[in-house]
Amino acid sequence: MGSITLKNVSKVFGAHAVIPSIDLDINDGEFVVFVGPSGCGKSTLLRLIAGLEDVSDGAIVIDGKNATELPPAKRGLSMVFQSYALYPHMSVRANIAFPLKMAGEDKAVIDKKVADAARVLNLTDYLDRKPRQLSGGQRQRVAIGRAIVRQPEAFLFDEPLSNLDAALRVNMRLEISQLHQQLKTTMIYVTHDQVEAMTMADKIVVLNRGRIEQVGSPLELYHRPDNLFVAGFIGSPKMNFISGGQAASHHAHTIGIRPEHLVLSKDRGTWQGTVGVAEHLGSDTFLHVNADGIGTLTARVSGDFAVTHGDRVFLTPDPQRLHKFDEKGLAIR
Amino acid sequence: MGDAMATLHTRSAARLMIAPSVLLLLAWMIVPLALTIYFSLLRYNLLMPGMEEFAGLTNYTYFLTDPAFFQAVFNTLAIVLGVLFITVVGGIGLALLLDQPMFGQGIVRILVIAPFLIMPTVAALVWKNMFMNPVNGLFAWLAKLVGLQPFDFLANAPLFSIILIVAWQWLPFATLILLTALQSLDEEQKEAAQMDGAGAWSRFIYLVLPHLSRAITVVILIQTIFLLSVFAEILVTTNGGPGTQSTNLTFLVYAQALLQFDVGGASAGGIIAVILANIVAFFLMRMIGKTLEA
Repeated sequence: MGSITLKNVSKVFGAHAVIPSIDLDINDGEFVVFVGPSGCGKSTLLRLIAGLEDVSDGAIVIDGKNATELPPAKRGLSMVFQSYALYPHMSVRANIAFPLKMAGEDKAVIDKKVADAARVLNLTDYLDRKPRQLSGGQRQRVAIGRAIVRQPEAFLFDEPLSNLDAALRVNMRLEISQLHQQLKTTMIYVTHDQVEAMTMADKIVVLNRGRIEQVGSPLELYHRPDNLFVAGFIGSPKMNFISGGQAASHHAHTIGIRPEHLVLSKDRGTWQGTVGVAEHLGSDTFLHVNADGIGTLTARVSGDFAVTHGDRVFLTPDPQRLHKFDEKGLAIR
Repeated sequence: MGDAMATLHTRSAARLMIAPSVLLLLAWMIVPLALTIYFSLLRYNLLMPGMEEFAGLTNYTYFLTDPAFFQAVFNTLAIVLGVLFITVVGGIGLALLLDQPMFGQGIVRILVIAPFLIMPTVAALVWKNMFMNPVNGLFAWLAKLVGLQPFDFLANAPLFSIILIVAWQWLPFATLILLTALQSLDEEQKEAAQMDGAGAWSRFIYLVLPHLSRAITVVILIQTIFLLSVFAEILVTTNGGPGTQSTNLTFLVYAQALLQFDVGGASAGGIIAVILANIVAFFLMRMIGKTLEA
């Protein structure tokens, strides 16, 4: 079915190696998220898999067959683009039907499949509208509809939610996850938003400068980051990094502690500091504390913890949750 | 406009501000039109000065029953449609070619635009003397090269030759407009169509052509306005002949006024040409109004 294997895949634009060399296994039915900062090569990697870019070296194996030289349409993949890339002059119906029409399916079959897809995606009432008459979320669903009618081996999503507002993004995130539960088809999803990655993925691939930093389940990455980059990228607010004397006392070059693993107290603790800014979210409060001799630390405390700017507080890291890194930035375990 | 100029005050101010240009435009248009209508009702021949007299609609009946008139209407439409066909089809083809990444793209594009910058008279003379001349022309030389009898384009196919010359001049315009439209086609849409299994031809039919429809409309609209009044190309090549085979309405009016010195008849012809142009414009607007709205 929809397993995808990348063997030694590289992509070079001119003299610049966007992706030096990547090996990756994606199992059938998995929801894989490529995440990384902008320019890390995650979209390029997706386009290589889709066949929209030619690989410079290496092989892409889809469903056991070497697909490196196959044109995009022959790879059995569907893609949802960042801009949705709907055909503006076609109705929603024609948009969803387009891949089937190109495949030369019967009119009756097309109608049935389009109706099915529209039902799954709540688009039945909008089939005769043009894309410009739809809201962002509806357009997104049309793009997904166009992808699912082909019953592909795998879906590719290229930052599909980045054009939606925050509330809608949370909704669509859930809908895409539900769709994955329903269809059980392999999905590869590219995003720069680690929250999307954490909430949706079975497996996260963290990319940085065209290299894979770590592959693992969301909680693996959260609990056992391999290096400083992954530790800093996964989790929100960001992990606090402390180097120097404090780190040396733990026999490490750098130590990291997540904001939620710092225990705050008003009267005793390991480190002492002054509250800079307190961000109240209601349930939680993010405190930016200027710790003496360490620097700024972010701490996540319960919303009841009453402090304001200028208060003196004590912070104690949870020793079980302390991450240690050597001078190369690799985790010491 | 309603939104932009919300208050009564700004609206009346706006009217006041545009009044001068409206008045100027009106005078510029109304005075010649009124004079032409007036002349068209007179018996007014430059060979008989001072003998103008009211002639009613005689000029109109004379012009409309002239066999040359029907030939001229046909020729006018043939030039418009023929040139439109060549420039739109050729323009799309050239635009597609120029859109491909290639070496020296900038220079090639400038070369393509060049014919549009050449004066109509010069262009027509170049074609007449350097290409279509049956003795010294390039086409004659080519024909002789393969052992064929040279073809005298301007004598044997005058209308076609003029269509060819005018199309050559307008092709760059169409190409330019269509090329810019082509470049505004979203790259992701093309890729989506590629993923959806559409080949190059399907992508052209289902994606590129609909995307170009608005630009094609603009090309048709603008070109029609200018093509209805092609004149210089006819004057310097065929002079409307042989006979009236390449006479269009504009040229017929010219012949009436300045070859036969019949100002009255020419004015009537001018008015008729205006009416016909309006009929064409009416159908054109109806035909393309939909595309521009969409």
